[in-house]
Amino acid sequence: MKPLAVSDHTLVTALGCGREATLEALRASRSGLARRDFETAAIGTWIGEVAGIADTALAPEFAAFDCRNNRLAELGLRTDGFAAGVRRAAARYGASRVGVFLGTSTSGILQSELAYRRRDPTTGALPADLHYAETHDIYSVSRYVRAALGLRGPAHVVSTACSSSAKVFAAAARMIDLGVVDAAVVGGVDSLCMTTLYGFKSLELVSPDICRPWDAQRSGLSIGEAAAFALVERDPERVCGWLLGAGESSDAHHMSSPHPEGAGAAAAMLGALATAGLQPGDVDYLNLHGTGTPGNDAAEDRAVCAVFGAALPCSSTKGHTGHTLGAAGGVEASIVMLALQHGLMPAGLNVQQPDPALRANYLAEVHARALHVVASNSFGFGGSNACLIFGAAR
Amino acid sequence: MLGIGVIGPGLPDWAGGQVLLRDLASWQRLATVVPLPSRLPPTERRRAGSVVKASVVVADEAVAAAGADAAQLATVFTSSTGDPVNCHLLCEALAAPQRMVSPTRFTNSVHNAAAGYWHIATQSRQPSTSLAAFDASFAAGLLEAAVQCLSAGQPVLLVACDVPYPEPLHALRPVADVFAVALVLAPPAAVGRLLRLDVLGDAAVTACTDAALDEIRRTIPAARALPLLQALARSDADSIVLEGPPGMALRLHVGAST
Repeated sequence: MKPLAVSDHTLVTALGCGREATLEALRASRSGLARRDFETAAIGTWIGEVAGIADTALAPEFAAFDCRNNRLAELGLRTDGFAAGVRRAAARYGASRVGVFLGTSTSGILQSELAYRRRDPTTGALPADLHYAETHDIYSVSRYVRAALGLRGPAHVVSTACSSSAKVFAAAARMIDLGVVDAAVVGGVDSLCMTTLYGFKSLELVSPDICRPWDAQRSGLSIGEAAAFALVERDPERVCGWLLGAGESSDAHHMSSPHPEGAGAAAAMLGALATAGLQPGDVDYLNLHGTGTPGNDAAEDRAVCAVFGAALPCSSTKGHTGHTLGAAGGVEASIVMLALQHGLMPAGLNVQQPDPALRANYLAEVHARALHVVASNSFGFGGSNACLIFGAAR
Repeated sequence: MLGIGVIGPGLPDWAGGQVLLRDLASWQRLATVVPLPSRLPPTERRRAGSVVKASVVVADEAVAAAGADAAQLATVFTSSTGDPVNCHLLCEALAAPQRMVSPTRFTNSVHNAAAGYWHIATQSRQPSTSLAAFDASFAAGLLEAAVQCLSAGQPVLLVACDVPYPEPLHALRPVADVFAVALVLAPPAAVGRLLRLDVLGDAAVTACTDAALDEIRRTIPAARALPLLQALARSDADSIVLEGPPGMALRLHVGAST
């Protein structure tokens, strides 16, 4: 594929708001996870909650969109001047030439979860203040971002569970390459809700401990929330990094467990290398999906070693942010862009005893090193796999 | 465009549906019947939600009509509703004091559940995406599928499906009935109907030629495909406009059948 310029990016996670706060936490190997409850969900786990969502009010004309997920999106748009950059791009290309392609897994479902506690005792009706289309509906975050930024181009939400916001980069690259749009806002927004907390718990995938990807005693994931945005464009005024390749595949194996040999994951990584026209040895660092569940990490390790060998430095940043689900691909795209810009490979946090069964070169410490090409893996339920390859600004 | 599958109110499949859409005098609005998809293993066949069943049924009809190998097809699934029965039951369980969530219900709550079951059943490791764009979900899916098809130079299976919400969500998002449509798109070649897509600004959306059929178009997101299906049911060339998000519509030029 033709390299696609990433002209701006930002992220809001449990590490804080924006590139500087994230970079500082990555350099210090600081986790944003905390052992706490969310809302009324006391399930005894660590979560990556974003500070400041409650204080982020939407503009009055967007009152119907008010929910945790869209507030988180709004917080992201305000961070690092991201919205202002998009408006400049829209002024240059025309608002109808800028697309909005965002990933989410649960959108604003929390709004309905809360409303279901307030159903009319006689009729069962939901309260009149639940604005389904603007909050719960799976498209609501792209609808909100498109309207808030005054964009008029094509828009959709990709919802393929935890690969969602990696796949939007591939979608935008195709649209720009074929001339459907000149620029696109991509990324993902996913917020804490009852569905994912109790749902992952029901599958026994939530760790009672802080998540420990690649640790011998790892016992599951820590759920986080995040907003991550990137602006990709045909004719940028500045470049943060380049999307060089994108690989997508399906496991065709199981709805909630990865293929044990990581066959689908390997196909996504090979696809990303092929579209980038790169060899495995050209990649300097890989940000793993690395959720910290025993099965996920084992399958990913096999896939990574099969494609790249066991020498490639890699780590999961889920120990910093938690697993931000539908936002994870966007968050980790932003993290690897920071890695490229600032020459660092983040540590994989919380490893007490490396799993001897895993062979990949997993980084327990943060390393400073000039990076030229980095990759990021994102895999989801339904067997949905994506791998993105980014190159340094040149 | 190489193959079509459909089910909807009074439309049992494309084989029968195209005749009815050509001559609406013999079409009657009847509740959609969702057949059990033989593609799925017996255990999943009955347990799966309507959105999975209907998606798989129309996908199979389109793939068979195209003479394509399902295991080699990339897919674009698009749906506004996902599986709203599953969603309702999850919300209900989470509002109850004990908050007992079944693992299967949570697994099936992902928007890409239909895509996941399809790829497992067909053993296709090809790329797959699952989209939503509210009432413009069909147009968004068609645009994405066409773009993927031209980018990769490979056939792509598009599946659009929406199903009604149970109460109390139905009152907030009324979807009239089940509608599912699948198209196998391939790069322009000697065979198949030619489709050309243009992204427009504001433009008047094409309505169905019949008021009762247009009622279906307006009340089920996936049925926004009906004007395209009417054009495909006829053999002459046509031009129609599909609903996109505000300020953006999708013009479709449908070539004459060859």
